[in-house]
Amino acid sequence: MNQTLSQKILAKASNKKNVGNGEVVWTKVDILMTHDPCSPGVIGIFKREFGEKAKIWDTERHVMIPDHFIFTADAKANANIRLMRQFAKEQGHKYFYDVGTTNYKGVCHIALAQEGHNRPGEVLVGTDSHTVTSGAFGTFSIGVGNTDAAFVLGTGEIPLKVPPTIKVIFNGELNSHLMAKDLILQVLADLTTKGATYCAIEFSGEVIDNMTVEERMTLCNMVIECGAKNGIMVPNDSTLKYLEQRNSISFEVFTPDKDAEYAKVLEYDVTNMKPLVAKPHSPDNVAVINEAQGISLDRAYIGSCTGGKLTDFMAAAKVLDGKKVSINTFAVPATREVLDEIITTKIGDKSVYEILVKSGVNVSAETSCAACCGGPADTFGRVNEPKATISTTNRNFPGRMGNKKAHIYLASPYTVAASAVAGHIVDPKDYLN
Amino acid sequence: MTSKVIKGKVYVLKDNIDTDQILTAEFMKINPSTPEGYKELGSLAMCGLPETCPPFVNKETGKALHQIIIGGENFGCGSSREHAPVALGASGVQAVIAQSFARIFFRNCISTGEVLPVEISERLYDTLKTGDEVEILLDDQLVKIPHLSKELKIQHLGDLVNIVEAGGLFSYARKIGKIKYL
Ligand code: SF4
Repeated sequence: MNQTLSQKILAKASNKKNVGNGEVVWTKVDILMTHDPCSPGVIGIFKREFGEKAKIWDTERHVMIPDHFIFTADAKANANIRLMRQFAKEQGHKYFYDVGTTNYKGVCHIALAQEGHNRPGEVLVGTDSHTVTSGAFGTFSIGVGNTDAAFVLGTGEIPLKVPPTIKVIFNGELNSHLMAKDLILQVLADLTTKGATYCAIEFSGEVIDNMTVEERMTLCNMVIECGAKNGIMVPNDSTLKYLEQRNSISFEVFTPDKDAEYAKVLEYDVTNMKPLVAKPHSPDNVAVINEAQGISLDRAYIGSCTGGKLTDFMAAAKVLDGKKVSINTFAVPATREVLDEIITTKIGDKSVYEILVKSGVNVSAETSCAACCGGPADTFGRVNEPKATISTTNRNFPGRMGNKKAHIYLASPYTVAASAVAGHIVDPKDYLN
Repeated sequence: MTSKVIKGKVYVLKDNIDTDQILTAEFMKINPSTPEGYKELGSLAMCGLPETCPPFVNKETGKALHQIIIGGENFGCGSSREHAPVALGASGVQAVIAQSFARIFFRNCISTGEVLPVEISERLYDTLKTGDEVEILLDDQLVKIPHLSKELKIQHLGDLVNIVEAGGLFSYARKIGKIKYL
């Protein structure tokens, strides 16, 4: 009764009829994801607390994904990967997507979706704030620290505080040069980086119901930028179809009660929306495209869990087809599967990959987080100088992509690609045929 | 964090201090659960602050020059890296006083027991300067600023207070019998 989507999942996972906001409940975790910068810390705490010889709670539910600092000569970063390998060997993990093997994937949040680890109605926690991305599948998914993750690793449980929910509704017709990235930037403009702190964001409305899986992931991905605990939506038809191809484990689809209680409701008609850009140095420093137009740029970057999926590269390719970029432009497919897809997916008679390369984009064949969070100095695409960069990523805090004085602008793949052609920020509308 | 009074000099920051400023992403490669990693993280606490800020860590000792941080709204926003509160704790910081915290940072402070997050409703970064002294009285749930003769109420932690009082998630779980071994 009057339960939100998040409350329903938490009630099920804590074996209760219903749960109230603010209540701390012992929650059963279905999937724990840890990546390379955090796995060593998690393993260290796990061994300290449960013993050197302790066994993890479930070898099929701990998914280990190296993705952050992997194609580097950095000794510490490489030691972390070796530690993960040793642990996987010791414990017998079923899902360890080790780098340098055919098992390797790339950015954890996209790999989780593609490998079928996101299931509706389940609880997924990960040692990364963008774990909220999995909410696009109707999964209650949150980022946690090493200590919480180590606790889950040993027990399969975690005490969680039930969040109040903010409902965000998108109705209307989305213009063809707009993307989910523009929608979430609009939410950020209104909620600010602290507006959803401790809250869940539940998305709904006809725009959400008709959206592709990847675009839905972009929306949930950036709820963390509003401070939210999680983002969530009821799985739509395309999500269920996606799951059919990738997951063989049964799941339960929950929907919020009609009389569910929301802390706040934001309702948008997207019909007349314009592209948006987040200016330095905060994702909520949002400007409408005409206010940002003309800002001069040194480089462009297309990649990450937010903007490095097939849909994102297809959008960029639609803009770039037959044109040339005028500034250094880097592209990093999030996962191996995305890389394969951009090679095999055609727009007209050319592949997405071909269009990108012909237009002068520097496309990496090594899929990972790359320069999204800076990384070691030798990271592909890292902003090592104080340059103005436009990016499809999710954060533009000082130093996020490397240099502390660099100016990072966040925008949709359409806007990033069009601006890469122009050399300054432009409205992608004029670049799409 | 188990001591009932925390007294020390403050380092004053503003709103939206993100985890990249507390510990730049590249240093996430350091393993916080080894003694060397822990120490190194301490020496890097607040390494992402702009160069115009006063020094946070004493270069020679690798320890923080101030034991309490004053923030504004949304302290610790950004990444989920536990490296951030661990770096603060390892540097010798005992508490962060702010108007609000980002959720994961707040949670990590509590689960690790490294730093005490203290939420108060008043903005302090205009009235305090780096080097001023404050006291946190946990039993009375008060922040005292002696030189301004000010007393501020600490916002209650709700159910999470049990974890704080136990000194972290693992101690709490043992105390209530959730983990029985070791
Ligand atoms: S792509 Fe960027 S935001 Fe996403 S997980 Fe990697 S570093 Fe984090």
